[in-house]
Amino acid sequence: MSGVANITMESVRRVAHLSRLALTDGQLAACADRLGAVLSYVDRLKELDLGGVEPMAHPGGATNRLQADEPAGESTGPERRLGPEALMRMAPASMPPFVKVPKVLGDEGVA
Amino acid sequence: MADTASMTVRELAGAVASRAVSAVEAARVSLDRIASADRSLRAYLQVFEERALARASEIDRRLAGGESAASIGPLAGVPVALKDNLCTGYGRTTCGSRILEKYESPFSATVVRRLEAAGAVVVGKTNLDEFAMGSSCENSAFHCTHNPWDVTRAPGGSSGGSAAAVAARTVPLALGSDTGGSIRQPASLTNLVGLKPTYGRVSRFGLVAFASSLDQVGPLARTVGDAALALGVIAGFDEQDSTSLEALRQGDLDFVRDLERPVAGLRLGVPRQARSPQNHPAVAAALEASIGVYRGLGAEVVEIDLPHLAYGIAAYYIVAPAEASSNLARFDGIRYGRRAETGPGDHLMALYSRSRAEGFGPEVQRRIMLGTYVLSSGYYDAYYLTALRARRLIKRDFDGAFSAEEGMPGVHAVLMPTTAGPAFKIGEKTSDPLAMYLEDIYTVTANLAGIPAVSIPGGFAEKAGTDGQDLPVGMQLLGPAFDEARLLRIARMHEAATRWHERAPGVRG
Repeated sequence: MSGVANITMESVRRVAHLSRLALTDGQLAACADRLGAVLSYVDRLKELDLGGVEPMAHPGGATNRLQADEPAGESTGPERRLGPEALMRMAPASMPPFVKVPKVLGDEGVA
Repeated sequence: MADTASMTVRELAGAVASRAVSAVEAARVSLDRIASADRSLRAYLQVFEERALARASEIDRRLAGGESAASIGPLAGVPVALKDNLCTGYGRTTCGSRILEKYESPFSATVVRRLEAAGAVVVGKTNLDEFAMGSSCENSAFHCTHNPWDVTRAPGGSSGGSAAAVAARTVPLALGSDTGGSIRQPASLTNLVGLKPTYGRVSRFGLVAFASSLDQVGPLARTVGDAALALGVIAGFDEQDSTSLEALRQGDLDFVRDLERPVAGLRLGVPRQARSPQNHPAVAAALEASIGVYRGLGAEVVEIDLPHLAYGIAAYYIVAPAEASSNLARFDGIRYGRRAETGPGDHLMALYSRSRAEGFGPEVQRRIMLGTYVLSSGYYDAYYLTALRARRLIKRDFDGAFSAEEGMPGVHAVLMPTTAGPAFKIGEKTSDPLAMYLEDIYTVTANLAGIPAVSIPGGFAEKAGTDGQDLPVGMQLLGPAFDEARLLRIARMHEAATRWHERAPGVRG
């Protein structure tokens, strides 16, 4: 495929919204160019005969290992015992025991 | 004071164990070298002077009290550096990003705890491309790092700070992370040994996630023996990483024991596709020279076919951004990291979108958007599933090469360059993202397939640097999953025969 995949401003604006990135029109235009160049490059995968090939999301034959849904106790490492205070300290804006957030309900306006 | 800076990990650990050198002396030498050499290199984002000296002093006290070095651990008193995407329960963990500029992790990564439990003294945290996305350290939000072999050039990336720190002899060992080549490519550009272990071999708990099906933590060191020792310390099952392999609970973690024993009947495969006209003449020459080295040692070197090698970058730049877009969704301005200012009328969405626009640099934003795009409705099959199918073919290429079945190559390892060229100039590739992405053409396939791969010193591009300096080039060995012990023995055979690793950069410090 020659040239650059055509990514419209409308589509890059939609992707920025889905990505939760408030970008200026100038930044969006620059992104559109770069994304177009990468998408054109990856188009070479269409040359491959992928019929019947199972997608591989993960290496090896690992299966998920779930842990018991219980509060961490003395037997677990210190990392598992992070209390609410440690989590609250990381939050950039809080009013313990609450984390501050702007209004959640209503019209989200232009992201 | 003893010249501990030029010692390898194993030499230094031995000197501390025999009390020829104190851990405090070793830490002091490391800190002094950072103070002098790092002015021009800028490999470090943070230095823990006080903490390092206190930890070293504690080790000296234990040794003086009669405790054996063996009981303290194989790295007793060895100064080490950590890539700053590994969480430490002290100092900051920035990932080279404004969004985490002031972030203090409440815990240390499993690999950090294992290093420290083995007696290592963490002296600092090193620079990286923001969230490990890049191949030069130029995407760090703070500053770029310079290559000790030629300060006008990049050290590679994303673990470029760790590579520069070890190459400049500020520490004999550093940890990096490798998602598409981020340990091996900088090792190649700085004359180091850089190992990406098998996926699942080393815990990712406390490594800030970039692409979870590709990321692995590994060592950068000056010798194969040091990398082997470090791997033994950091590897093994970890309950806190759900992708850590349960089978490794009983695994043998001594990668040093048989290191000096050459592999009998060694069979290596050189992919036809890696003898590319794109390779720098010095890289092409180093590949042929390495083949000669192994043949001289009695190995059989055969040409193999990895027909999908050239599709690695295309598959990677769909899979990695897709996973990154999901992993980086956690940076929302609320739970941790940078939070944008909002007014009384602003909605939650404005806080998310502004915090992320202010906090992430341009390359990270582009990769999040690329990942979001390829996962979005209408494109998921065309891009994401296509890439996952190509990934399967890339893995099958390696399975075929390593297969001992009748008619298959049955090689013990694949030999090919780590990068197509030596270190490039800072600024040379920043305007062309695809040129930068292609730095990883020979490295990404190991991540996609989940297999171990090591970059070793492969020779020099003579007078290729600014002012006629020689620049190092790396060779790469790739092996079957969980075959690190043999892979490192194969690497050691090359090292013992060539001694390229003994050459040090002329950095002042």
